[in-house]
Amino acid sequence: MAANGIVKSAIKRLIWLGVIIAAVAGIIFGGVAFKQTGASFVPQLALDLQGGTQIILTPQLESGKSVTIDQLNQAVAIIRQRVDATGVSESSVTTQGNNNIVVSIPGKPSNDTLKLIEASAKLQFRPVLATSQGVASTSVGGSTSGASASPSASATTANTSTPIATSSAAPSNPSDLNWVSRAVQNKYEALDCSTNFRKAGQVDPDNQPLVTCDSTGYYKYILGPVEIQGADISNAQAGTQTSSTGVSTGQWVINLSFNGKGTSEFAATTKRLYPLSSPQNQFAVTLDGYVITAPQTNAVITNGDAQISGNFTADSSKALANQLKFGSLPIGFTVQSAENISATLGSQQLSSGLLAGAIGLLIVIIYSLFQYRGLAVVTIGSLVIAAIITYLMVSYLSWRQGYRLSLAGVTGLIVSIGITADSFIVYFERVRDELREGRGLSTAVDAGWARAIRTILVSDGINFLAATVLYLLTVGNVRGFAYTLGLTTVIDVAVVMLFTHPMLQLLAQTKFFSSGHKFSGFDVKTMRDIAYMGRGQFKVAEKVSATKAAKSSKEATKRQTIAERKAGETKGDAN
Amino acid sequence: MSRYSDFGNALYSGERSFDFISRRRYGFIASIVVALAAVLLTFGVHHGFNFGIEFKGGSQFQLTTTSANSEVTAQNAVHTVLAQTSQVNVAHIGTDGLRIQTEKLDANKSEAVRQAIAKGFGVPADQVASSFVGANWGADVTSKALSGLLWFVVLAAIAMAIYFRTLKMSAAALVALAHDLVITAAVYGAFGFEVTPAAVIGFLTILGYSLYDTVVVFDKIRENTHEVEFSETATFSERVNLAVNQTLVRSINTSIVAVLPVASILFIGTLLLGAGTLRDISLALFIGIIVGTYSTIFVAAPLYSLFREKEPKFAKAAAKIAAAR
Repeated sequence: MAANGIVKSAIKRLIWLGVIIAAVAGIIFGGVAFKQTGASFVPQLALDLQGGTQIILTPQLESGKSVTIDQLNQAVAIIRQRVDATGVSESSVTTQGNNNIVVSIPGKPSNDTLKLIEASAKLQFRPVLATSQGVASTSVGGSTSGASASPSASATTANTSTPIATSSAAPSNPSDLNWVSRAVQNKYEALDCSTNFRKAGQVDPDNQPLVTCDSTGYYKYILGPVEIQGADISNAQAGTQTSSTGVSTGQWVINLSFNGKGTSEFAATTKRLYPLSSPQNQFAVTLDGYVITAPQTNAVITNGDAQISGNFTADSSKALANQLKFGSLPIGFTVQSAENISATLGSQQLSSGLLAGAIGLLIVIIYSLFQYRGLAVVTIGSLVIAAIITYLMVSYLSWRQGYRLSLAGVTGLIVSIGITADSFIVYFERVRDELREGRGLSTAVDAGWARAIRTILVSDGINFLAATVLYLLTVGNVRGFAYTLGLTTVIDVAVVMLFTHPMLQLLAQTKFFSSGHKFSGFDVKTMRDIAYMGRGQFKVAEKVSATKAAKSSKEATKRQTIAERKAGETKGDAN
Repeated sequence: MSRYSDFGNALYSGERSFDFISRRRYGFIASIVVALAAVLLTFGVHHGFNFGIEFKGGSQFQLTTTSANSEVTAQNAVHTVLAQTSQVNVAHIGTDGLRIQTEKLDANKSEAVRQAIAKGFGVPADQVASSFVGANWGADVTSKALSGLLWFVVLAAIAMAIYFRTLKMSAAALVALAHDLVITAAVYGAFGFEVTPAAVIGFLTILGYSLYDTVVVFDKIRENTHEVEFSETATFSERVNLAVNQTLVRSINTSIVAVLPVASILFIGTLLLGAGTLRDISLALFIGIIVGTYSTIFVAAPLYSLFREKEPKFAKAAAKIAAAR
C-alpha cells in the first residue's frame, strides 16, 4: 500500500473509534438530558460498595405447617435466578434463621421487582366449566372493559345461567360438568370479584375444581382440575404479538414451550376442548390462583408451543416470563420488611483500591517509558482510550442492563490493564521481530500486524469464550465476573484495532520513528547490526561466531524459511 | 535499556538461548514438588480450605444503636471472644439498625459474643438479637459455577484443537491451567487464608489469564514448528525452544505490566486495611499471574514438545539432523 493509502486508512479507523466513543457518550448524555431513570455518567455500584435494600421474606404457611430446609434452599435458588434475570446486579440471596429468606439488592427496588421476588408464580392450565361477570352489581359494565383477557376469550358467553350438575355421577374428564356440584355452584354464585376473596399464599388442590376470578376482577370462573402444570414449561419468553400477516400488534404476550410431558398433555387437552361449545372450549391459565387469560381453543396444538396474552406491559410480561422460566416457588412468601442496608464493605476498601490501582497504573506507565521509549506514547494512549471506553461502557450498561460494579469488578478492570497491555506488547514485539529481519519500519508494522492480530484474536477469543460460557451458565457473583471479563476483552480488541494499530501506522511515517531514533523504541540500528546466526546453532547456549554460523548455514540455505532468507539477504546487504 | 533490547535481539536470533525444553525435567520436578507441598500443607496441616461466612453460613447479631464508629466497636467486641483474624461483617440496616455477622458459632460462643456486643455498645444483652444466616454463596451457586467451568474447559480445548490443529496443544495447555489453579488455590489452603467469594473471583480471573498467556506463546510455537519435519537445520524441540525464547521478552513485559497494578493493590490494600476483599482478590491474582507466566514457559511448552517430539515424522527428522551434526 502506498504511504498515502496507509495514512488514509489509519485516519479512517481513528475516526471510527472517535465515532464509537462519541456515540456511547451521546446516548448516555441523551439519557441524562431526558431524565431517563438510571441514566448517568457515573456507574452504579454494587451492594458491597454502595449498599441497597434488604428485603426479608417470610413464608406463608397454613397453621401448624412448617417449611423444610430443602424448600427454603430451593426457593433461594429460584429467587436468585429471578433477580439475576433482571440485570447483572450481583445481588445476595440467603436464608436467615429457620424460615426467612433475605434478599439484598443494590438501589431501591420497584414494585415490579418486589412482586417478581415474592410471587410464588404457580402457573396452571385448567379447563373452563362456566364463566360470568365477576362483580355482583351490574353497574360496572364489564362488557366494555378491557377484560377480554385475550382476543379469543369470548366475552359474549358471559351469560349468567349457571350450569348445574345434571347428575351426581363421577366426572369422566376435566371438562365434565359433573364437577360442578351444588357446593361449587353456591360458592360460584356467592363470589364477588371485587372482594379480597383469596387468602395470601392460598393453596388449591390440583384434582378439584376451582372457583376464582380473573386478575382484573371482571369475570368469575368455575374451572376444572389442573391439566398442565407450569413446571412442565421448558422455556418462556416475553415478546409482542404478531398478527397473521406478520405485523406486530404491539400487544405483549408470553411465548411458552412445553417439555415432552407438557406437550403431550397440552395436545390432549386441546384435542378434547376443540369440539366442545363455548365456554367449555376455553382453557384458563391461572397464576397463583387468578385467571390471567382464558382463550378459546381454535386448533389442536401438538407442537408444545403456546402463547399467553393478557393485560401485560413490557415489564410485567418480562417479569412473568422470568418467573415461569425459573419455576414456581415451593411455598408462598410475603415481604416482611424492606429496609436500607449500608455498604457491606467499608468505603475505605474502594478508595484504597482506586488509590492502589492509580499507583499501579503510574508504575506501568513508567515501566513502558523505559521499555518502549517513544512508543510509550502509543501504549499510554491505548491504555487511556481503553479506560475511557471502559468507563463509558460501564456507565451505559449500568443504565441499560442493571450492571453494578462491585469491588471484585473494580479489581477485574484493573487486571484487564494487563491483558490490554499484552495486546500491544505482542504487537510491538512482532514489529521488532520484523525489524530484526531487516524490513523498513513501515513494512515491518504491516507484516508484524498481520501476525500479531492472529495471536491477539485467538487469545482474546478464548477469553471471550470463557466469559460467555460462564455468563450463560452461572449465577450471582460469578455471572458478574464473567460479564466484566467479556466486556474488557471486547474493548481490548477494539482498542488494538482502532487505536494502537493506526497510531503505529501513522507514527511509522514520521522521521523520528522510521529512522529508528535512539528513543523511538524501534532502535532499528542495534537490531540490524546483529549478525545472523544459523538457526540450527542454538542447541547449546553458547555464543557462535558469525563466520562459523555462515559456514554451517551453507547447507541450510536449501531449506530456509522466509524469515531466514530475509535475514540472510539483509546480512548480504550489510556486508 | 538498550542492554535489554540487545537481550531481545539475541534471544530472537538464537545467539542467546535458554534451554527450556531440553532441561524441562527440572521445571517439571519443581512444579510437582511445589504442588505436592502445597496440597500437603492444605490438607495435612490445615485440614482443607478455610471457607468464609459466604460459603458456610454464619451467626448474625442485630441491635439498634446510633453509636458512631460502630464498625470498629463491633469488630473489637467480637474479637474479645473469637480469634483476632476471624471475619466480622458489619452493615447498617435502616436508620439505626446494625447487623453483625460472624462465622457459625455454637450456642455457648454465640451467647458470649452476644454479651460482648451488648457490653461494647452499652446496651442490655436482651436488645441484641442473634440468629443464623445461610450461605450467601450457596450450593446452587457453586454447582452452577462448576458446571460452567467444566463446559468452558471442554469448549476451550475444542477451540484450541481446531485453531492449532492438534489436540496435544489443548492437552498441554489444560495441564498448565490445572497446575496454575492447584498452586494458586493451595496458597490459600497452605497459609490458612480465608476463601471468600472475592478470592474465588480472583481465582477465575487467573483461569482466563493463564490460558490467555499459554495461547499467545503457543501461537508462536505453531508458527515456528510449521513444516519443521522438512527442516534440515532444526528439530521439533529446538523450534519449540526457539519460540519460547523469542517470546520471552514479551512474556516478561506482559507479566510485569499485569502484575504491577495487582502488586500495588495487594501491598497498599494489605498495609492500609489488613485482611479484606482487596487482599483476598489481589493475593489470588498476584500469585496466579506469576505462576501462570511460569507455567507457560516451564510446563506448557515443554509438555507440548514432550507430547509430540516422539511422533515418527519429527523423530525421523531429528535423527537425520543428529547424524548430520
